Amino acid sequence: MSEHVRGTNDEEFSVTSGSGQTSAATADADPADLTLDAKVAAAEVPPELLAQSLRQYLRAWWLRVRGGNSGVLPVILAIVVVAVSFQVANSKFLSAQNLVNLFEQSTVYMVLAMAEIFALLLGEIDLSVGLVMGFGSVVVAELVQPTGPGWPWWAAIIVGLLACSAIGAIQGTLVARLKMPSFIVTLGGLLILEGVSIIVLGGALVSIGNSRFTNEVVLYDIFWGRFDPVVSWILLAVLVGAAGTGLWLRDARKRRHGLEAPPRSLTAMKIVLIAVAGIALVAICNVNRAHSGTIEGVPYIIPIVLVVLAAWTVLLQRTRFGRYVYAIGGNAEAARRAGVSLPAVRIWGFILAALTSGIAGVLFASWQVSLTTNIIKTANSYVLLAVAAAVIGGTSLFGGRGKTIHGVLGGLVIGGIYNGLYLLGVSSQWIDVVVAAVLLAAATIDVLSRRGAPRQA
Amino acid sequence: MTEVNEAPKGASSGGDVVEGSEPLLKVRGIDKHFGPVQALYGVDLDLPAGQVTGLCGDNGAGKSVLTGCIAGVHQPDHGQIYFEGRPVHIRSARDAGALGIETVYQDLALADNLDIVQNMFLGREALRHGLLDEDSMERQAGETLSTLRVTTVRSIRQPVASLSGGQRQSVAVAKAVMWNSKLVLLDEPTAALGVMQTRSVLDLIGRLRDRGLAVMVISHNLNDVFEVADRIAVLYLGRMVAEGPTANFDRQSVVEYMTTGSFGGRPSQPAGSASGEG
Amino acid sequence: MTTDPGETPAGTAGAGTADLTLDAKVAAADVPPELLAQSLAQYLRAWWLRVRGGNSGVLPVVLAIVVVAVVFEIITPEHAFLRPSNLVYIFGLSTVYMVLAMAETPVLLLAEVDLSVGAVALTGGVIAFKLVQQPGPDWPWWAAVLTGLVCCGAIGALQGTLTALLRIPSFIVTLGGFLLFSGILVVVLGGANGNVSVSTSHSNQRVIFYLVQGLIAPVAGWVALAVLVGAVGTALWRRAAARRRQGLTAPPVGLTAIRIALVALIGVGVLLICTVNRGTSLVKVQGVPWVIPIVLVVLGAWTLVLQRTRFGRYVYAIGGNPQAARRAGISLAAIRIWAFAWCSATAGLGGILLGSFFYGEYSTNTADPGQLVLYAIAAAVIGGVSLFGGRGKAIHGVLGGLLIGGIAYGVSLLNLGNLATPLEYILPGGVLLAAVLVDVVSRRGSGSVTRV
Repeated sequence: MSEHVRGTNDEEFSVTSGSGQTSAATADADPADLTLDAKVAAAEVPPELLAQSLRQYLRAWWLRVRGGNSGVLPVILAIVVVAVSFQVANSKFLSAQNLVNLFEQSTVYMVLAMAEIFALLLGEIDLSVGLVMGFGSVVVAELVQPTGPGWPWWAAIIVGLLACSAIGAIQGTLVARLKMPSFIVTLGGLLILEGVSIIVLGGALVSIGNSRFTNEVVLYDIFWGRFDPVVSWILLAVLVGAAGTGLWLRDARKRRHGLEAPPRSLTAMKIVLIAVAGIALVAICNVNRAHSGTIEGVPYIIPIVLVVLAAWTVLLQRTRFGRYVYAIGGNAEAARRAGVSLPAVRIWGFILAALTSGIAGVLFASWQVSLTTNIIKTANSYVLLAVAAAVIGGTSLFGGRGKTIHGVLGGLVIGGIYNGLYLLGVSSQWIDVVVAAVLLAAATIDVLSRRGAPRQA
Repeated sequence: MTEVNEAPKGASSGGDVVEGSEPLLKVRGIDKHFGPVQALYGVDLDLPAGQVTGLCGDNGAGKSVLTGCIAGVHQPDHGQIYFEGRPVHIRSARDAGALGIETVYQDLALADNLDIVQNMFLGREALRHGLLDEDSMERQAGETLSTLRVTTVRSIRQPVASLSGGQRQSVAVAKAVMWNSKLVLLDEPTAALGVMQTRSVLDLIGRLRDRGLAVMVISHNLNDVFEVADRIAVLYLGRMVAEGPTANFDRQSVVEYMTTGSFGGRPSQPAGSASGEG
Repeated sequence: MTTDPGETPAGTAGAGTADLTLDAKVAAADVPPELLAQSLAQYLRAWWLRVRGGNSGVLPVVLAIVVVAVVFEIITPEHAFLRPSNLVYIFGLSTVYMVLAMAETPVLLLAEVDLSVGAVALTGGVIAFKLVQQPGPDWPWWAAVLTGLVCCGAIGALQGTLTALLRIPSFIVTLGGFLLFSGILVVVLGGANGNVSVSTSHSNQRVIFYLVQGLIAPVAGWVALAVLVGAVGTALWRRAAARRRQGLTAPPVGLTAIRIALVALIGVGVLLICTVNRGTSLVKVQGVPWVIPIVLVVLGAWTLVLQRTRFGRYVYAIGGNPQAARRAGISLAAIRIWAFAWCSATAGLGGILLGSFFYGEYSTNTADPGQLVLYAIAAAVIGGVSLFGGRGKAIHGVLGGLLIGGIAYGVSLLNLGNLATPLEYILPGGVLLAAVLVDVVSRRGSGSVTRV
């Protein structure tokens, strides 16, 4: 068996497998363990493809990490580091009350990060996600005002999301058809949106906190409402059951058809992991976190974010569109030659980014309850958090690499840092400085990890 | 090393190294690997002055790597390079340039936004009172171009982006030649050119030879090779499987060497006994 | 950007040489018409062909300046836009954007971007202002200014190192820098309503205050202008003549004459505007602000560096084809680091000018680093510097800065009430987008592919 490996001059050398590091292959019983082939690991072959047992999988995964492609490992480590350090600094950090707080705040970062990932995967950047979020929040809040348009909450949300998508379409068109650099287009876009948002606000404040109007109450509850604890457990059981069965059946079907499938023990481990995480989450949320009275249960936003996560994961991993996004991010010219319509995919990418930012806007409006000009101005700094979250989570700034789950994990890290620093009494300017430093660190890691991969110009 | 045919019919003496003289550049026993991949195995090569050597080989045969070793881009793992008879270590492009070895790459390495003069002097600008001495650079560039009889260029101050492919190639070659070079390496000089432009580039290469430079041309295009080369060397999977005067080859034999490493069923000779050694 | 103007190709033998200036292909291929023109008429014709071919040089920004002047003159209350006092104000305001645009130019030429110029500029200004405070450090003005510039240069070098050596995309590094120094600025100024100022009461502070607000007496101004025009004119003439004598490419005689005349004309115009008394008959306010010659010096320095030094040549080379530059033995990292360093140092100068312009005061309310960087980039790009690298000159930043200053001030003259605040955001955004649009479209005209 021979393989082609890229040399440093982008020449392809034909080599026989004798030069690899495969373990001795006994006749037919045990085909060469490809997971041990460092070359294969360096070429970023996902270890699940090659592993035939859990042990092989772990070994292959470790080789891959050493080869420079560490997947979600850094962000998991980051979560652990953040948790430990802040807990040491302030023993209230890991309390149930604070943790739920943290989760709630992180959801906005998570959704924004998921929005940014659409742009990053294409090899672009969207600096306007923060302001699209702000704009969306203002539109939704204004539309449900009983003294104003007085629309029902669902209409307001739909229109808000449509407006944000339209912005994404405009920006996407400027980038894809007029070939303007995305950071300039979204930079200009964010400024224009800031001005427009201020105009829509009319210089005043808009609030959705009035409990007498059902539309406002619904919006308010999006962030602040929660499920009853028992319902939470039921929901968890249903979700885990569904996810687990789905995973198992899919892998079983692959195995049945003789396709490459992960070992059974791996699938089992994944399901167990999901269950454990879910149980921990629900348990933490069900602890009574009120000073007086009862506040317990899983907040609505957590399942909302999970739905967005699931939807976008399916979109990116299992549809043609998603495949094209990765292709363009990896090698736009190759995608073009394969017949992919670059402008269409790019424009839709920006639309989805803006749409997701709009969803974040709904969450944001619900969270802040009252929106003022100043709050809109601060919405701008969220883009930094979004990009940092995405990159920390494992999405590459250079395109073609990343998953939606990275946004969720990275958002959790950023939320943790923010929450922890806030608990320690650090002023918001310095928190921004810290996040900027974290972003730089994450970007450095991204660049360095790319060095392990085939050279780019 | 050389395939032994009948005595070359009507072949000129060009192609044989003149008895008793050193080739300008000698490569002996070069090994080079990248990680687990071995790119060159014990390669020998002679590049005599005043002759054009065509380096042929299929994709992945190691032509670019060998060129890189001579040009200072790669360092061989084993083996030795002799320049004008002395052993040398070429560790960088600067070292190569200092010896008089110039390389013209396939992508020409020209900056589109600069003009011809600026490109020809890129990296080696002339200064006067600390500022760029545009006048003398322009004069020198003009002289070089006219010596090489590159006349189709309208103005020496044209931005390179406005030149045709053949003109760009000519500028790249002129750039290589301007610096007291003794050996010029050209990587696929005619690959992207039309018939007329190929003609002029081949003529240009011939003029380099006439000036006494040693020239090595990597080319896929056997027509071009047979037209301009005095010697041919063929690499196959990292080994030098044939080397000698052009007259000793024909297209058939070269193709067979390139694709199978041998010709006429005879195993390839181990590279090592270059002609005219000693 | 190409070279010094040229004339006939060397050694055209024989009469009846085809008039190359009429060759549309040549025009489209971006050949500067000066190269081929043998007379003024040919030059103008060639230039027009080139414009139609899509490469319009400084034409868009000059046209835009004219349009803006006319439009604002019409819509401003009492048609006050072109009043000398307002014009001088615009000149003063523009100098900040001009200097910042010139700072951004070398980075843009490298096909990078520096989003931190605004924050770094203000940092430099605040450092200088803080150092001349009495009671306080009370440094001499030149030491304070120098320290500010050096600090900014160090910041730029740091950012350049991260970009060049670690290959982190420059907009990420400088975005981080922007945020970092915006935050530090607030802290140094002492909170959300802090400020630092200089006044005319102390000699050290007075010099800085007068950088923008100080005026050159009219008579001295005319003398200086005459000397300047004379020097520039003679230099241009002699160089062209020398090149013609040596048989190198040189512009037609008529062209050189026109250029000298243009410089003289603009100089006279500016001087006249500044000499009109814009104060009262009791307290006369007239004369050229010091900042104008300061900016001319900066312009001269950057033009010299970019066009006539190795460093500048390498900046253009890297922006045009980094691979070619590397093959030519140029150290990409060194050039990049130096470019970022000089960019930030120049930005620091711009920041000091900004403080001087606002009557010697910085406060967190007037100093907006985000707006500054957007105006700086917009000024450079609309002036003719390309975002994609390899194309642009220092003069582009000056022209673009003038345009931006005119727009910014013109809008403030219109009483827009509630729209005033939102416009502060929409306007820079819109101008930036428009500028980049023009850049991209003009690139398409000249056929260079910017991206897949």
